[in-house]
Amino acid sequence: MSKLTSRLLPTGRFWVISAPYLWLFLFFLLPFAIVLKISFSEAAIAIPPYQPLLEYAEQSLSIAINLGNYIFLSEDSLYYAAYLGSLKIALFSTLICLALGYPMAYAITRAPRDKQLIYLLLIMMPTWTAILIRVYAWMGILSTNGLLNSTLMWAGLIDSPLQILNTDTAVYIGVVYAYLPFMILPLYANLIKHDDTLLEAAMDLGAGKIKAFWKITVPLSRSGIIAGSMLVFIPVVGEFVVPELLGGPETLMIGRVLWQEFFNNRDWPVASALAIVMLALLLIPIILFHYNQSRAMERNA
Amino acid sequence: MVGAAGAMKQAMAKAKPDEFVKIERISKRFDDALAVDDVSLTVNRGEIFALLGGSGSGKSTLLRMLAGFERPSEGRVLLDGQDLTDLPPHQRPINMMFQSYALFPHMTVEQNIAFGLKQDRMSKAEIKDRVAEMLKLVRMSEYARRKPHQLSGGQRQRVALARSLAKSPKLLLLDEPMGALDKKLRSQMQLELVEIIERVGVTCIMVTHDQEEAMTMAQRIAIMHQGWIAQVGTPMDIYESPASRHVAEFVGSVNIFEGELTVDMEDHAIIECPKLDRPIYIGHGISTRAEDRHTIFALRPEKVWVSPDKPDQEYNWAHGEVHDIAYLGGHSVYYIKLDSGLIVQAFFANSERRMPRMTWDDKVYISWENDSGVVLPS
Repeated sequence: MSKLTSRLLPTGRFWVISAPYLWLFLFFLLPFAIVLKISFSEAAIAIPPYQPLLEYAEQSLSIAINLGNYIFLSEDSLYYAAYLGSLKIALFSTLICLALGYPMAYAITRAPRDKQLIYLLLIMMPTWTAILIRVYAWMGILSTNGLLNSTLMWAGLIDSPLQILNTDTAVYIGVVYAYLPFMILPLYANLIKHDDTLLEAAMDLGAGKIKAFWKITVPLSRSGIIAGSMLVFIPVVGEFVVPELLGGPETLMIGRVLWQEFFNNRDWPVASALAIVMLALLLIPIILFHYNQSRAMERNA
Repeated sequence: MVGAAGAMKQAMAKAKPDEFVKIERISKRFDDALAVDDVSLTVNRGEIFALLGGSGSGKSTLLRMLAGFERPSEGRVLLDGQDLTDLPPHQRPINMMFQSYALFPHMTVEQNIAFGLKQDRMSKAEIKDRVAEMLKLVRMSEYARRKPHQLSGGQRQRVALARSLAKSPKLLLLDEPMGALDKKLRSQMQLELVEIIERVGVTCIMVTHDQEEAMTMAQRIAIMHQGWIAQVGTPMDIYESPASRHVAEFVGSVNIFEGELTVDMEDHAIIECPKLDRPIYIGHGISTRAEDRHTIFALRPEKVWVSPDKPDQEYNWAHGEVHDIAYLGGHSVYYIKLDSGLIVQAFFANSERRMPRMTWDDKVYISWENDSGVVLPS
């Protein structure tokens, strides 16, 4: 009897596993379903500002799926440009973050043990302040009569102020600044686990220090490089705050376009369709990321 | 005069072609600690030489200085006449098999072995042939495409050996070669390793804390203690004629008796030991200074006889009782408590099955022969 009930009733394991699934359902799948639903409807002057997908009138249920938003997206080159712009800025910012973050993460792992924590805290400290405030600070630094220009002019390096604010350069500066910690931390976590005797073995077998670094350290930090790159690339594609505040009129990024569709045009269905397409684009790197993670975990097991 | 010079010349002519590795008065200081203290050593061509010592004896530091990972604070290292002291590790004709093998986890067995060859800018075909030859040497040909994590401990060791031999180094270094293997596999791999090294004919210096391993594998052993070399010799030299009390105690088990030298003639000597019933008689003279009468006598447990009957000899025996017995299969260790309270170890070979044996609290006599023990400087 007790055996039967213990088989039929959910076990403790079930409850433990169900908690994260419930979380994912409530905060990922459900909102996604709502956005997907809105993307298939038509804009209307109403509250909320779109036509319902399901209608129950006169004892019949009518479902109105409208693909018009997606067709609209595919016909307007503005959206292509915005997607490409976002991907381009995300790609180059990721590469810049990698180029800056790798040496920094490597240097931290080489520092004395008691100093490493301090360096890591210094890397993370800026993220304790809201991103909006930090981006506003960059506006102050980069503007024509801001800190950077006045310093350069005082030093006599330039005669007239440089136009940095409201250009793509400013967007790159802001994005790299904001996301660098997310590159450094996974790289550090990976590099700190490396076994130094492997480098000694490489040198013993005739490789110089630089060669040993490229042949041993870099390939072994692959999973850290991929994790850090994904943590930068994925959120930068949808970034809104930095291009909005630091970017110029020619800075086309999908986050900004999305905002405009939602709040300026009040066209929720098109904005939702934009979000769905962006998600589909990001799904590719996310799947690659998961594949890499599970392979790394298999190797460690 | 002429005779002495002639003898010296002869000795030089005899020694010269053999001397391959010369370590000259090498020291290594870490902050204030002296890890290696003025060590000089010579290793002959084709020899397997072991540095044996406990942890902190400086043996690993000495090995790392040979590989080039540590710079000596003082002294020089010469290999085949070439001064290596200032060469970085990647320029030395020396390869090392690391303690935990340090195989590159992201490379296959083949790629691991080829790594060193690639640094020499060998052609692809040559590398391929050499890798195949090495795999065959260590009998790992069918595992060429595996990654290190797919291999067992013994297989990894073979790959590590193949990798360190691939470049045909002048000198092979082994750092605790059996450290990562279990006991059963160890004794098997020790002989296999020696066989491969001898087939290749490479000069080899190994570091170990395991005396059995050193004695099995090496032709000569240097015992290291607190950064200096306590003794250099063949395994038999070191075991049978230890140079100091420390060496005697470090290698194998030993019974130590302290006493006063009362008779010191050309053909015999007698030591009065208060802990023994009868004095110790030694079948040869001991050249000590007249004022230094205090002596240490070392006696290995397998040279101690235990019997219930009183020995038929004047010297070299004592009376006691069986205090404890450790049965180890092949032999038993008897701990005999002498009437003076001193506990003496004696090995007893279990050469017959279920023979009647002495047991706890039996009254027994221990005895030994005239030249069974060694007199050590106190």
